[in-house]
Amino acid sequence: MSNWPLLSITTFLPLVGVFFILLVRGEDAGAKDNMRRVALITTVFTFLVSLFIWGGFDPQNPGFQFEESSEWLGGNIGYRMGVDGISMLFVILTTFLMPFCILASWNSIQMRVKEYMIAFLVLETLMIGVFCALDLVMFYVFFEAGLIPMFLIIGVWGGKRRVYASYKFFLYTLLGSLLMLIALMAMYWDAGTTDIPTLMAHGFPAGMQTWLWLAFFASFAVKMPMWPVHTWLPDAHVEAPTAGSVILAAILLKMGGYGFLRFSLPMFPLASEAFAPLVFTLSVIAIVYTSLVALAQEDIKKLIAYSSVAHMGYVTMGIFTMTEQGVQGALFQMLSHGIVSGALFLCVGVIYDRMHTRDISAYGGLVNRMPFYAVAFLIFTMANVGLPGTSGFVGEFLTLMGAFQVNTWVALIATSGVILSATYALFLYKRVVFGALDKESLKSIMDLSLRERVIIVPMIILTILFGFYPAPILDATAASVTALVTNYQAAIEAANSTALLAH
Amino acid sequence: MTAYNQLPDLSPALPELFLAGGALALLMLGVFGGRTAVRYVTALSVALLAVAALPLLLPAQFGITSASTFHGAFVLDGFAIYLKILTLIGSGFAIAMSVAFARNENFEHFEYPVLILLATLGMMLMLSANDMIILYLGLELQSLALYVIAAFNRDSVRSTEAGLKYFVLGSVSSGMLLYGMSLVYGFTGNTGFPEIAAAITAQGGSSLGLVFGLVFILAGLAFKVSAVPFHMWTPDVYEGAPTPVTAFFAAAPKIAAMGMLTRIVIDAFEPVTHDWQQIIVFVSIASMALGAFAAIGQRNIKRLMAYSSIGHMGFALVGLAAGTQAGVEGVVIYMTAYLAMTLGAFACILSMRRKEGMVEEISDLSGLARTNLPMAVLLGIILFSLAGIPPFIGFFAKFYVFLAAVEAGLYPLAIIGILSSVVGAYYYLRIVKVMFFDEPARAFLPMPVELKFTLGLSSVFVMFFVVFAGSIVEMAAAAAGTLF
Repeated sequence: MSNWPLLSITTFLPLVGVFFILLVRGEDAGAKDNMRRVALITTVFTFLVSLFIWGGFDPQNPGFQFEESSEWLGGNIGYRMGVDGISMLFVILTTFLMPFCILASWNSIQMRVKEYMIAFLVLETLMIGVFCALDLVMFYVFFEAGLIPMFLIIGVWGGKRRVYASYKFFLYTLLGSLLMLIALMAMYWDAGTTDIPTLMAHGFPAGMQTWLWLAFFASFAVKMPMWPVHTWLPDAHVEAPTAGSVILAAILLKMGGYGFLRFSLPMFPLASEAFAPLVFTLSVIAIVYTSLVALAQEDIKKLIAYSSVAHMGYVTMGIFTMTEQGVQGALFQMLSHGIVSGALFLCVGVIYDRMHTRDISAYGGLVNRMPFYAVAFLIFTMANVGLPGTSGFVGEFLTLMGAFQVNTWVALIATSGVILSATYALFLYKRVVFGALDKESLKSIMDLSLRERVIIVPMIILTILFGFYPAPILDATAASVTALVTNYQAAIEAANSTALLAH
Repeated sequence: MTAYNQLPDLSPALPELFLAGGALALLMLGVFGGRTAVRYVTALSVALLAVAALPLLLPAQFGITSASTFHGAFVLDGFAIYLKILTLIGSGFAIAMSVAFARNENFEHFEYPVLILLATLGMMLMLSANDMIILYLGLELQSLALYVIAAFNRDSVRSTEAGLKYFVLGSVSSGMLLYGMSLVYGFTGNTGFPEIAAAITAQGGSSLGLVFGLVFILAGLAFKVSAVPFHMWTPDVYEGAPTPVTAFFAAAPKIAAMGMLTRIVIDAFEPVTHDWQQIIVFVSIASMALGAFAAIGQRNIKRLMAYSSIGHMGFALVGLAAGTQAGVEGVVIYMTAYLAMTLGAFACILSMRRKEGMVEEISDLSGLARTNLPMAVLLGIILFSLAGIPPFIGFFAKFYVFLAAVEAGLYPLAIIGILSSVVGAYYYLRIVKVMFFDEPARAFLPMPVELKFTLGLSSVFVMFFVVFAGSIVEMAAAAAGTLF
């Protein structure tokens, strides 16, 4: 299996599923079930194939593995694939979550099932492609093409204000990424190639780095999203269907963080150092401000969306500490948040499917009728808070530790966010799950069905497993992160010594 | 000394000769063949265009063969071959797409395909013109045919108004072009492009009179590509002309005019690049911005396509503004993409037909995804491509023109360009929204087979360009290389 183009297979496998779904004829319930089954089988199969990547991955090797390369556009713009410790786990996270998204939409999506499943499978291909691409143009194609299926998912199967939310999502992200496109072209003319490993070693002139960094920042900050360009996220989350929210929170947001790690830090180290205070400022504002905003929300999904923005604040802060702990923590936080926030949105989806409302005030006392649900929701809430023993703790702790080495004030303010997150998360839990079950409409609510348990249980296991034993993730990422930080430090030192020589 | 009494080598002009003879023969067939001949004329016209492309495909190694004849006034190089093939494709599909419309809308006149053939002949001459005189001859042959076609629906006030408007404004622009040419001739003493360039170099750069001439020439040509500020005719003509005519106007003539503009500035005015570059940059920015903002308020889809094509010409001009080989390559790729997207979009617009007749409001597309999913999906793909979203062809088109602009250091142009493409994305998304998110309106009548074919072919090209992009880029690069 070692000679197979494993990354290409994983990336384009979902499109095979699209082909089979297109073959299914008819609009009746049987046909719909067949489409769902095809989508589920495809995503599960893709996940199994992607496990070979993890299996064959050499954690000691900091460079790119499973590399593929062939001609594409000519002129040194090629079809190149490869993963390293930073990107590999995102691929696994994507393929892991997709089957759950399909399962979560099993009953809640009854309208236009064919288009829905196709949109998700196409989205899966594009997301995996983003993390596997080793060519800047290819990365961009995957990165931006993902807007199309997400636009349709929000706009067709979304809530009341879906049109507004889908436009906002699309245009916001498009504007950011087009600035990156211009930067990408400038890089092509400077380095003569769009091969990512070559660009990492290229060393762009200092003056140019500033502009390139800003252009990439425009794209990734919107995608992340960082305060103050986060406003598309709550709208998109609230209006998207459950599975759409899961993908949005778990994968699409991570592309921003991945972009910082893949491009901004290694390619523009001088600019990254110069702009780190800016990123720290925006990060701590995001952590404190959006936590406070979350506290005031009346809509469950919106609350979780704001908490996502706050958690992404830890990620950006961790990345720009440029310490091994900070970067590792940011990576861990992204993966953990992918599981936890995805699970939280799935939990919201469970009660939304039953009650068709997301207002916090419409719930209360669910523990009386839904004990299993209450336990699951509690675990994910605690993971969201960052309670030791859950995966949320590890990432937050490492990023804070990294920040403390660089700037104690940043660490201090960011730590206050942990308290705030406990406040809003527990406040939400209290209002939804605890209390007397006195609402008439809730009296007949059912606990989790078998399908829902199948979705929730693996997530609980992973959340707790990685909380106690984070080694599988930290080991896989360690070598690449060390190399990233070392190269970064070397670039800064080289620049400083030439500056000294010039004096 | 060239022998002027000898017959020049006619082989490079074979497609043109073939088209000219064929068009006249079909005209006779139409006149004497009676009522039933119309369909034969239409079918034979498409066949004629296909056959005319054959001699161009034979020396298929673009860039290698470069022949010139008529004492250098007519040139057939890789650039001309590439764009001529595009033009022939555009004209051929335009005729084919008119069949069902003609049957249903009482539009069956044999003059229509014949006029398109003559216009195409004019465009081929424009693309091969290496001399002001040939250029003007080709341009006028094309324009006169287009004026008549725009007013083809004689009983419709809108159509005749469109034709008249087009004629009056077009004549003014031809006049400006001619005046500019005369100035350039006066200041350089030549009409041939290479000779003009040589004369300018010999004079040691630009002179005031030459710049005057250049400005007038560019104004006249900007009219033909419908670039701002000479775009005013476009929305009215697009809306007023019968829809198959609009489909034709949007595709082939734009390609020919853009090719002609490229050749004249690159070949004849290469020594004064700095002078024309400023003009092209301005025209490009103005076209992109107007195309993006003015289209937002449109409700008629033909009018919207008019503003969209103004915007697209602005994007194509971004490549030309760079004035480099990469820039011309970008223009060529852009026109390829533009042709595929325009044909597909108009195949959809031509199928917007209910029992009571053609409809052309955007709101008529409401909920198309539920009444006709394949059409909605394909049109959606074309619209995303028009907006420049990867992985569709429109993205690569924009990519290559902006790549050239960035290479030339035209950052403000590139940044304004992407900003207007975000605004442009808004109105394309609006159509996608109407088709996919809104409640369904009454279904359209089934699509005629030739429209299905056109839409299918163009959307396959738009969708899968990403797979075979390399070979097309290579061809475009070779085509652009022959100009330098």
